[in-house]
Amino acid sequence: MTTNGSGFFGRLNWDAFPITGLIQNPNTNEIVANTAAAIVIVGVIVVVGSLTWFRLWGLLWRDWLTSADHKKIGIMYIVFAIVMLARGVLEGVVMRAQQAAGPGDGFLEAEHFAELFSTHGTIMIFFVAVPFVFGLANFLIPLMIGARDVAFPVMNQISLGLTVSAGMMLMVSLVVGEFSTGGWTAYPPYTGAAFNPGVGPDYWIWAIVVSGVGTTLTGINFAVTIYKLRAPGMKFMRLPMYCWTIICSSILIVFAMPPLGVAALMLAADRYLDFHFFTNDLGGNMMNYANMFWLFGHPEVYLLVLPAYGIYSEVFATFSAKRLYGYNSLVIATMSIAVLSFTVWLHHFFTMGQSALINAVFGIATMLIAIPTGVKVYDWMATLFRGRIRFSVPMLYGLSFLMLFVIGGLSGVILANPTVDYQVHNTLFLVAHFHNVLLPGVLFGLLAGYNYWFPKAFGFRLNEFWGRVSVALWTGGFMLTFLPLYFVGLMGMPRRSFSWEDPSFHPYMIVAVVGALIILAALLSVVVQLWVSIRDREKARVPVGDPWDAHTLEWSIPAPPPSYNFAIIPHVTDRDNFAAAKERGNAYPSPDAYEDISVPLNTGIGFSLCVLSGVWMFALVWWIWWLAALVTIFMLATFIAWTFKAETERVIPAEEVRKQHEAWLDLVHSSTPVDRDHETAPENRGLARPDLEAVT
Amino acid sequence: MKRAPTHSYPGLNLGRRHASADKASEVVTFGFWVFLMSDLVYFGLMFAIYITMIDAQAGGPGPHELFDLKSIFAQTLILLTSSLTVGLAMLALKYNLPRWRIVFWFFVTLVLGLSFLVLEIRDFMSMAAKGGIPQRSGFLSAFYGLVPLHGLHVTAGCIWLIVLGIQLRIFGLTDLLMSRVVRLALFWHFLDLIWIGIITIVYFGGLTYG
Repeated sequence: MTTNGSGFFGRLNWDAFPITGLIQNPNTNEIVANTAAAIVIVGVIVVVGSLTWFRLWGLLWRDWLTSADHKKIGIMYIVFAIVMLARGVLEGVVMRAQQAAGPGDGFLEAEHFAELFSTHGTIMIFFVAVPFVFGLANFLIPLMIGARDVAFPVMNQISLGLTVSAGMMLMVSLVVGEFSTGGWTAYPPYTGAAFNPGVGPDYWIWAIVVSGVGTTLTGINFAVTIYKLRAPGMKFMRLPMYCWTIICSSILIVFAMPPLGVAALMLAADRYLDFHFFTNDLGGNMMNYANMFWLFGHPEVYLLVLPAYGIYSEVFATFSAKRLYGYNSLVIATMSIAVLSFTVWLHHFFTMGQSALINAVFGIATMLIAIPTGVKVYDWMATLFRGRIRFSVPMLYGLSFLMLFVIGGLSGVILANPTVDYQVHNTLFLVAHFHNVLLPGVLFGLLAGYNYWFPKAFGFRLNEFWGRVSVALWTGGFMLTFLPLYFVGLMGMPRRSFSWEDPSFHPYMIVAVVGALIILAALLSVVVQLWVSIRDREKARVPVGDPWDAHTLEWSIPAPPPSYNFAIIPHVTDRDNFAAAKERGNAYPSPDAYEDISVPLNTGIGFSLCVLSGVWMFALVWWIWWLAALVTIFMLATFIAWTFKAETERVIPAEEVRKQHEAWLDLVHSSTPVDRDHETAPENRGLARPDLEAVT
Repeated sequence: MKRAPTHSYPGLNLGRRHASADKASEVVTFGFWVFLMSDLVYFGLMFAIYITMIDAQAGGPGPHELFDLKSIFAQTLILLTSSLTVGLAMLALKYNLPRWRIVFWFFVTLVLGLSFLVLEIRDFMSMAAKGGIPQRSGFLSAFYGLVPLHGLHVTAGCIWLIVLGIQLRIFGLTDLLMSRVVRLALFWHFLDLIWIGIITIVYFGGLTYG
C-alpha cells in the first residue's frame, strides 16, 4: 500500500473536501461542485433540525426506523427513492445544460462531467428504480396475496438498511472526496488502480456490493413470500398480475445479482490487493468483467420493468372497469421475458470482439424479447377496448406509457441488429433508447402505482389536478429531452462527451435542455401534488378502503390497513377475488370468530446494520483499516447477538382485533356507495357501487 | 375419507406438537434453499472465471508446481467425514435422542471443519513459498478468488456450529433451533458439494489443462 494510506485517518485529508478546491481555484466548475455539496449538508441540517423542532425523534424511532412492518418498510423505501430521484434529476439537468452550452467546452471540467454521468446512472438504477420498485412491492405483496407480512420481516428491515446506507455513500462522496468517473458500468481497466488510484471507483464498488446484498435478500424474501404465504385458495393462476411480475423479478434478482457482486468484489480485489482479474498485465482479462456485469445488467432492466408492467396491468383493468384481458398470455409472456432476459447480455458489447456468428445469435435472442412484450401491449389495449375508461392520473400515465414505450421498444429492436449497432453504439441514440424504456416504462409505472395505491397507504386520495399537471410535464419533458437525442445520435454525437464541436448538434441540445427543465418542473409538481393533497386531506379521505372500485384483495381492507393487514385471512375463490365478492354482494362479511394475531416485534437491527455498514464502507474507501476491522467485528457481533433473541413477535389479542374490525364494518355499512362518476369527489369515502354491467 | 395431515419436515418432530411450527419451518427452510441457489451462482461464476484463466499464468508458477494432491486428498476425506457427522446430528434430532448427542456431533463436525481449514491454510502457505501468490498472475488470482471463498464459507459454518451449539445448551430444543439445525446441515452439505466441484475443476482440471 502507498505511504499516504498509513495514518490514523487512512488517506483522508483536507484535499478531500470540495471547499478546498474552491478556495484554491475559484471557477464555475468548483462552484457547481460546492453547491452540490452544500445542498447535501443543508438538507441534512434541515431534516435534523425539523425533527428536533417538532420533537419527532421518538416517533420516528418507534414507528418507523425500528418497525418490521412491511407496509412501513415499503413507505420508507419509496421516500428514500424520491430523495435520490431529486438528486438524479438535478444531475441530469446539469448535464443537459453542459451539453447545451456548446459548441466548445461548456462550464464543467471533463472529470466533473464524468462524475455526473456516473452518479446519475448509478443513482437512477440502484437507488431510485430499485428501491421504488421494492417499496411498492413491499407494501403490496402481502396485501395482495392475503398474508400478514412478508416471509422474513427482520431480513426485510436489514435489506432496507443496507440499501439506504449504500445510497448515503453516494451522498457522502459529494462532500468527501469524489465519485467514480467510470460510468455506472465501471469498466476496468479504466477503473483499476493503475488508471484510477483515487477513491472514486471505491465508492462505487462498496455502494454496489452492499446494496447488492440488500437487493438479493429482498429477492429471496419476496420469492418465498409469494411461494409460501398465499392465503388459502390463492392458487398461482389466481394471483394478481402484479404478483406474477414480482415473482419473476425475484427470480431474476436471486440469479442475476450474484454476477454483479462477484464482478465488483473482483474489481475490489484488483484495486485493494493487487490481484489480476481485469488488469492489462499478468493475464488479467477485462472481458470477464464485461460478461459478468451484463449477465447482471440485462436481467436488471427486466427486474425493474416487469413490476411496472404489473402495475399497468392492475391500473388498466381497474380504470377500464374490466377484467384484465388475456391473463394467461400475460403470465406466459412475463415468464418468457424473465427467461429470455438471461440469454441476451452480449448485446451490450457487440463491438467488443466476438465472431459474427455469436453476435447474430445474441441479436436474434434480443429480438425475440419483442414478441412477449408485444403480446403484453396488445393485451393491455384489449383490456382498454370497450372498457368504461376513466382518465384518472394512473390511467393517464398508462396511456402515455403505451404510446411512448412502443417507440422505445422499437428502437431497442433496431439496436438488437449487430450491424446497426456497430454504427450507433456509444452514441446518444443509445442514451435516447434506454431513457425511452426506463422513463415511460419504469418511472411512469412507478408514479402510476404511487397515485393508485397512495390512498390505500395513507387513507386519502392524491390531488387529481396536480396529478394531471404532473403527467403532462413528465410526458412533455420526456419527449423534448430524449426524442432529439435519437437524431443527434444518428448524426454521430457520442454519449458521455462533455464537449462537442459540430454546430448542427446545437438546436437539438437546446431543445433537450428545455425538456430537462420541464422534467425538473415535473418533479416539483410531484412535490406540490403531495403538499396540496396533505393540506386538503380531509376532503379526500377514503377510510372504507376501495376508492377506485378495484379488483384485488388489498382493496378489501381499511385504508390505511391495520398493522396485521387482515382481521380474518380471506378464503380466495376467484381471480380478482374482491371484484367477484362485490358482484356477489358479500364483499364485507362479518366474521363469526376472531383469533389472536402475531405481528413482528420492533427491532433495531436493521438500523444498526445500516449505520455500521455505512461506516464500514467509508473506512474501506479511505483505507482506515483499523476502523474497517473494528466495524466488521461489530457487525458480526450484532448479528450473532440478534440470533439469541427468542421473542420476535408480539400478539394482538382477538378482542382488540374484533373491536377495530367491527368499528370499520360499521363505517362500511353507514357509508354511501359512490359510483364511478363521483370517483374524485369528496363524497367518495372508499365504498364503491359495483359496476355490474361493466365488470362482467 | 379424511387424509392424515402431512408434515413438511417429519424429521424435525415439530408437527405433532403444532402445525404452525411446521409451517414456519417450511417457509424458513425454503428460503434457505433459495439463498443457497443464489450463493451457488457466486461459486458458478468463480468456477467459470477459473476455467477461462487457467492459461493466464503469465510465466508464473502453474498447477503442476503448486498443487499438492496428498493434502487435497486428506482435506477431501476430512470434509466428507464432516458431512457424515453433521448428518448424524440430524439423525439424533429425528429420533429424539438426547440433546447432548446433537451437540456432540456438532463438536466433531467443528473439529473436522477446523482441521480442514488448517490443512488448507498450510497449502496456501506452501504455495506462497513457491511464488504462488494471487498478485503473480491472472490464473492465481482466479484460484485465490475461488478456493478461499469456499474456505470462508467453511469458517462461517464453523462459527455457526459454535453459536448454535451454545444456543442449544441455553435454550434447549426449541422449534426455532430445530429448524436452524436443519439449515446448518443443509449449509454444510452445500459446502461439501462445492468442494467436490473444487477438486474436480480446480485441482484435477488445473493439472490436466494447466
